[in-house]
Amino acid sequence: MSAVPRVESDKSGKVETPNGARMREWRARITAFAHAHRSWTIVISMAIGAVLLYFWSAFPPFSFVQTQNTWISGFVNAGVFILLALGLNIVVGFAGLLDLGYAAFFAFGAYLYAFGASPFSHLHLNFLLLLVLGAVVAAIFGIALGAPTLRLRGDYLAIMTLGFGEIVPIVFLNAQKYTNGTNGIGGVDRPNIFGFTFPGIDQTAYYVLMAVVITVVMILVYRLLDSRIGRAWAAIREDELAAAANGINTVTTKLAAFALGATTAGFAGVLNASKLTIVDPTQFGFQVSFVVLSSIVLGGMGNPFGVAVGAFILYNIQAVLLKQLNATMENLHVPILQDIDFVKFQFLLFGIALVLMMMFRPEGLIPSQRRRRELHAADAESSEDLALVAPDAGDVSL
Amino acid sequence: MTAAAFGRKMASDSVTGGLLLHADGVTKRFGGLVAVHDIDFTIPTGSIVSLIGPNGAGKTTFFNIIAGIYDPTAGVVVFNGREMIARSRRAWLEPFIWFLPGFIGIAATIIASSNGAPDGEIFIMAGITLVALMSTLLVGVARPPRYQRSLPRVGIFRSARPNDMVEAGLGRTFQNIRLFQNMTALENVLVGMHTRLRSTWVDAMFSTPRDRREEKEAAEEARGYLRLVGLRGVDAELAKNLPYGDQRRLEIARALGSRPKLLLLDEPTAGMNPRETQEMIALINRLRTELGLTVLLIEHDMKVVMSISDRVTVLDHGEKIAEGSPEEVRANPKVIEAYLGAPAE
Repeated sequence: MSAVPRVESDKSGKVETPNGARMREWRARITAFAHAHRSWTIVISMAIGAVLLYFWSAFPPFSFVQTQNTWISGFVNAGVFILLALGLNIVVGFAGLLDLGYAAFFAFGAYLYAFGASPFSHLHLNFLLLLVLGAVVAAIFGIALGAPTLRLRGDYLAIMTLGFGEIVPIVFLNAQKYTNGTNGIGGVDRPNIFGFTFPGIDQTAYYVLMAVVITVVMILVYRLLDSRIGRAWAAIREDELAAAANGINTVTTKLAAFALGATTAGFAGVLNASKLTIVDPTQFGFQVSFVVLSSIVLGGMGNPFGVAVGAFILYNIQAVLLKQLNATMENLHVPILQDIDFVKFQFLLFGIALVLMMMFRPEGLIPSQRRRRELHAADAESSEDLALVAPDAGDVSL
Repeated sequence: MTAAAFGRKMASDSVTGGLLLHADGVTKRFGGLVAVHDIDFTIPTGSIVSLIGPNGAGKTTFFNIIAGIYDPTAGVVVFNGREMIARSRRAWLEPFIWFLPGFIGIAATIIASSNGAPDGEIFIMAGITLVALMSTLLVGVARPPRYQRSLPRVGIFRSARPNDMVEAGLGRTFQNIRLFQNMTALENVLVGMHTRLRSTWVDAMFSTPRDRREEKEAAEEARGYLRLVGLRGVDAELAKNLPYGDQRRLEIARALGSRPKLLLLDEPTAGMNPRETQEMIALINRLRTELGLTVLLIEHDMKVVMSISDRVTVLDHGEKIAEGSPEEVRANPKVIEAYLGAPAE
């Protein structure tokens, strides 16, 4: 099949260098491999990315900003956001349900771990057990929220979930007896897996754990996307009535999306609590839901890989870039700019970024094919282009 | 005879009488407007039945009632020997079933705690109560088929929803094409096969052998449906990029995916040229002979209606004005009047 591009380049009159041909052949081979063995592709690319990021963070340009360990710690925090984004992507990107209270499920996971493994409750349960339990509890609350609200559509669903997201932290704040109220639960146990306790200062263990969890979640999410239920979600997103008229039980299908999204948030909550070793109600405010949602929009709604990249970028902008901008401006004594606290303006900047995205690239940085088609439905030319390109792309992958 | 009694009677009759669908006294009001008024309608198994009438006669409303999209104001629809659509009966009883385990659990917990049971036991009881309540509520929301079949035993009846009708063996197309525009033709048919595929999200996540085998077989079968309706080499084409006539065919292929017993076609030849119309007639005939389908057709094109229907029913202003073989209906003065207006005196 690699013959196809070569013929075209002959037509254009260019002389094909053997090097170029070999490159192209390799690329075709890699694409073919990625199509046939998607899970392995994810494992391999995640491993390469994680190892590269780990060692590179000790060298320029990373080392100009902060030490390697600080970078690794930041990457682990970013990993929490990646997990959240992957989970919310199931609800928003796959099933098309706007959920503005996603941080609530994150809170359930975090509080479950804090309650199950801290001096506060005098319980010190197994980390892996709590990881699973946190996900299950979050899923149960996902269903509990979903069941009464799924009759609602669009705006109404968004308002309901927004309310739920606001209520949950307040409940945790007021349930003094179990959550220690405003002070939160401190001194949470560090994870202990098969007798290996994670050290507090060196973050490598967390980094490895996070990379593994993200890889697994990514594989599962991609498999969901191409399955019977993934098609059902896409059908509901496109035309709910037609989906129901084709035998899809819209209620259970949407509930599954809610539950699976919440499960991922439960994982993220447990991991976050075990890393920070403190859980308090301020960690689960609306801004968390908002940042996760914007990272989905930024990364490319519906495409797990794009969403993960979006979350990674957004977290690093928020946690590293804006702080560095402050420090740089102050050090250089730039007039006016040195007095601005960029961290305070992060939501303004996110807002501007979102507006710009909506105007120029509504499908996100790395969009899913299907979402791109939906958003450019009016654009007749591009759909013709896609129709012409589609068989070609299929050819290369064969 | 009450509607309920009629439903039960018909349910026993229609299996023996060779009727796939029997509607009795179906009425639908939208506010003050009576869209469909007191319609009796039967579809014999294996026949092609047409529903005609001027615009706004209530054909599509009647269609939507049969398909479970609208709840009728009055009337009963018995499909495949089972009462599917009617006014709810004793629906108020249903929440009691959902909350019963919760009530019992809470009562037991309160009694236990007032008798001084240890904290641990109360905690466990409360936990069991919560789980029981959650699961009954989940069943109530999801309404799995087994739950729905067992409800009439306690005298509760809820009208079927569209997906329940598909599960029972009804496939449909829409008057204005409602394909999943941004999915490929093959994916559209696969969505249509949803009720027949068994792989759950757990299978999908762990890519179980069952899931992989089912996906492969499903894709093969879906290609078969595409070939059957005459769509070749468009598997990977987006639905919205197909020509109009092919979109109509794709919608039929999608409806066939659920292996229906009864196929509802809402104006399948609308906007088609004569050649495409001829092909569509041939296709509908093939569906009957090759797949043994029963077809209910709404159609404006009289050539189509008269050439393939076994029986024709005419609606006007929501009422049935004529019924019979195509020849009888064509000669009926009421029908002529409905279409052309009353003769000038």
